[in-house]
Amino acid sequence: MIELKEISKKFGDTQAVKQVFFRVAREETLVLLGTSGCGKTTTLKMINRLIEPDAGQIFINDKNITDEDPNVLRKGIGYVMQNIGLFPHYTIAENIALVPKLLKWDKAKIINRTHELIEKLHLTENTLSMYPHELSGGQQQRVGLARALITDPSVLLMDEPFGALDNVTRTSIQKEFKALEELKRKTIVMVTHDVLEAFELADRICLMDKGEVVQIGTPKELLYQPINDFARNFLAGQRLALAFKVINIQDIWSYLPEEIIHHGESETAELSIWEAMELLRNKDRFELFISGANKTIKSINFEQLTKGFNQYQNAQLHE
Amino acid sequence: MNEQQQTLWQFMSGQSDKLLSQTLQHVGLTFISLILAIAIGLPLGILIARKRKLSGTVLGIAGVLQTIPSIALLGFMIPVLGIGAKPAIVALLIYALLPIIRNTYTGIIGIDQHVKEAARAMGMSKGQILLKVELPLAMPVILAGIRTATVINVGVATLASFIAAGGLGEFIFGGISLNNTNMILAGAIPAALLAILLDALLSLVQKMDVKKLRKALYIFPVVILVLGGFYALPSAYGSTLTAGFTPEFMGRQDGDLGLKSTYGLKIHTIVISDAVMYKAAYAKELDVISGYSTDGRLKAFDLKILKDDKNIFPPYYAAPIVRDEALKQFPELEKTLNLLSGKITDSIMTDLNYRTDYLHQQPERVAKDFLISTGLYKAAKNGQKGTVRIGSKIFGEQYILAEIYSMLIKGNTDYAVSTKTGLGGTKICFDALMNDQIDFYPEYTGTGLLVLLQPNPTIAKEMAHDKEKTYDYVSAEFQRKFKIKWLKPIGFNNSYALMMRQKQSKELNVNSITDLKKYLDKN
Ligand SMILES: Nc1ncnc2c1ncn2[C@@H]1O[C@H](COP(=O)(O)OP(=O)(O)O)[C@@H](O)[C@H]1O
Ligand SMILES: [Mg+2]
Repeated sequence: MIELKEISKKFGDTQAVKQVFFRVAREETLVLLGTSGCGKTTTLKMINRLIEPDAGQIFINDKNITDEDPNVLRKGIGYVMQNIGLFPHYTIAENIALVPKLLKWDKAKIINRTHELIEKLHLTENTLSMYPHELSGGQQQRVGLARALITDPSVLLMDEPFGALDNVTRTSIQKEFKALEELKRKTIVMVTHDVLEAFELADRICLMDKGEVVQIGTPKELLYQPINDFARNFLAGQRLALAFKVINIQDIWSYLPEEIIHHGESETAELSIWEAMELLRNKDRFELFISGANKTIKSINFEQLTKGFNQYQNAQLHE
Repeated sequence: MNEQQQTLWQFMSGQSDKLLSQTLQHVGLTFISLILAIAIGLPLGILIARKRKLSGTVLGIAGVLQTIPSIALLGFMIPVLGIGAKPAIVALLIYALLPIIRNTYTGIIGIDQHVKEAARAMGMSKGQILLKVELPLAMPVILAGIRTATVINVGVATLASFIAAGGLGEFIFGGISLNNTNMILAGAIPAALLAILLDALLSLVQKMDVKKLRKALYIFPVVILVLGGFYALPSAYGSTLTAGFTPEFMGRQDGDLGLKSTYGLKIHTIVISDAVMYKAAYAKELDVISGYSTDGRLKAFDLKILKDDKNIFPPYYAAPIVRDEALKQFPELEKTLNLLSGKITDSIMTDLNYRTDYLHQQPERVAKDFLISTGLYKAAKNGQKGTVRIGSKIFGEQYILAEIYSMLIKGNTDYAVSTKTGLGGTKICFDALMNDQIDFYPEYTGTGLLVLLQPNPTIAKEMAHDKEKTYDYVSAEFQRKFKIKWLKPIGFNNSYALMMRQKQSKELNVNSITDLKKYLDKN
């Protein structure tokens, strides 16, 4: 659990962060979203004391972080940097093993954990003896993540972790990231300026502007209950895509065709519209069987899906 | 050409013992000072990378130190550190400092900020960041600085011989004094090879990739320490007294060679430059030195000449030597220079030297006072009929003589004068004369005979102790061989002499060279 109370920070005359507050529950992912220069990185770095705030307090698991030795604090927090920041003179294995070595883990434990992680992160054995410059951007990012995860910290801070990657690589890593069991158990604060990425990965989003918090809420809340014009306009360009992401089949259940009897495989109604569309398109399937509440099953095709979605949207707007 | 190479080879194999020990000393000096420079420069570089405000000051001071001429720097060291290894190492250390500090600084501040931030974010302490991240990443740049420092040190270490710290400079400067090209090359070639070799080795280390570099970094300090250790090896002293002889004296028949063959003198000897030898004797760093009998410092430092009871030091009467060409070009010149003939006796010369060396009067003033007192002074005519170029060797007496001649020429003729004082040694002065760079300089009969003509030993021996015979012989031979004329002798005899402190000479009851040998044999 992380809590920020009225955190402010000035660099000279620049008010980088102003009275920022938020609370991240255990195992929740909070995404700091905002345009470049709005104070996201500064906020994040105050959580592991790379930057000290001018005012306000930060608590991790109800302990004020200023009461702890900064180096001890940092060893307990995973940090993935915007620029990856691997050590160019260390092999990949050494880069990953850095913190455990500082913590004086024994060798076997380090090796076991390293192998476990590279498997989960889809890195190959032979990269372990290479140096960072020999890896692709995507591989380097995975190593950065492995380095942050190796000691299995309960808190993870990530600063635009996919920012340096091309679109295709980014999308696929985001997916893997979302699927990682290990990450579901962590309290995560992630920074991004990419709205789609925020909607893809966040439990809740903290929208920031000019160093201040504009709105905190679930993706759905941000989309359908924007607090002011800034919040509305921030999402304006991609409303449809965002709606596909935040709305799931369960939401539009009543707008879909009648229930049927079906005994084969079926998908969960937790599926977002976006995911359902991908399944229909990518797998060349004509229809999907979805199991809703009370084990009811509906069969939908692309047309029925979009129709149901549109009806739901209209209902939301006229509420 | 072939012959030249062979004789150089012969010289080097004949002197292989000395060559080896000088080379080892040279390497040792270079690396001991390098170790110290690293020990001081690395932390300083790290400090100013942390506190950038200090960087201007620290780099500025190191930069200024770097610009002090090496000889001057060595000179400054003597009052504080005496002679020998200590001041030489400190001087070398000072030269090596700038590249090491500067490169450590630029290496560290050049590291990617994100990498440093990552290190902090992982929870590494400042010390861990320094040792595990900053220094390894700055290492290629730091090594480049060490490489520069090493090459500088190999070069400057040749000057260590000036203050009795040994090294290949002994051959180089000995050779220059003795007009011995092979000896110069025997020092210069190994020194150059050493510089090239070390430079190449360090560039290899520098270019290694991260993996190999990390291994090399463990070996590197060991290698430096071992090489530095070479200097400590050749230091087993053999006698109770220590002699300091100039490189020139070391190689001469009427010097150290004669002391050995005629007197059988065995004394622990270090090689040292004339400029600091007297002071070192006064400061009890040395007990016996090879001085000149008219040197003013004899008086200044209360030294006593040991009697040359077996006559190995031939007379050294001074006279101007002039190119025939110059005599033709300047018809008044010979007459004017001869005005000084017979005017400066031994005691007058010692006194003149005393004034410059000890009372620190300017040579111009000493020269003018002398000419006024002898009635020879005339105000300068500021004539324009061509310029006479006067040379002088690099010691006090020659500066005074050059000034006296300059004033005589300006006052008595319509010629202008330019002086080229401080020509490094006999060979440099004589080569300048032969190559029409100067018109004349004061030379000594003994030097003309033994250094410049180098006749076979029997002629030399027969000649050397007779003032007239020597003068006649060098006059005739110089005319024949070089078209250079010896004018009339100035009067004083500045021969070599062995000297000790008055007090020590009394205490040990050593008054002659034979006494010295007996004393040494007993103790
Ligand atoms: N170390 C610093 N010194 C001065 N200004 C800074 C520093 N770090 C950030 N800033 C300024 O603070 C503001 C917020 O920066 P940052 O937190 O990096 O924004 P973001 O991560 O949202 O792009 C910007 O105006 C930036 O220029
Ligand atoms: Mg940022």
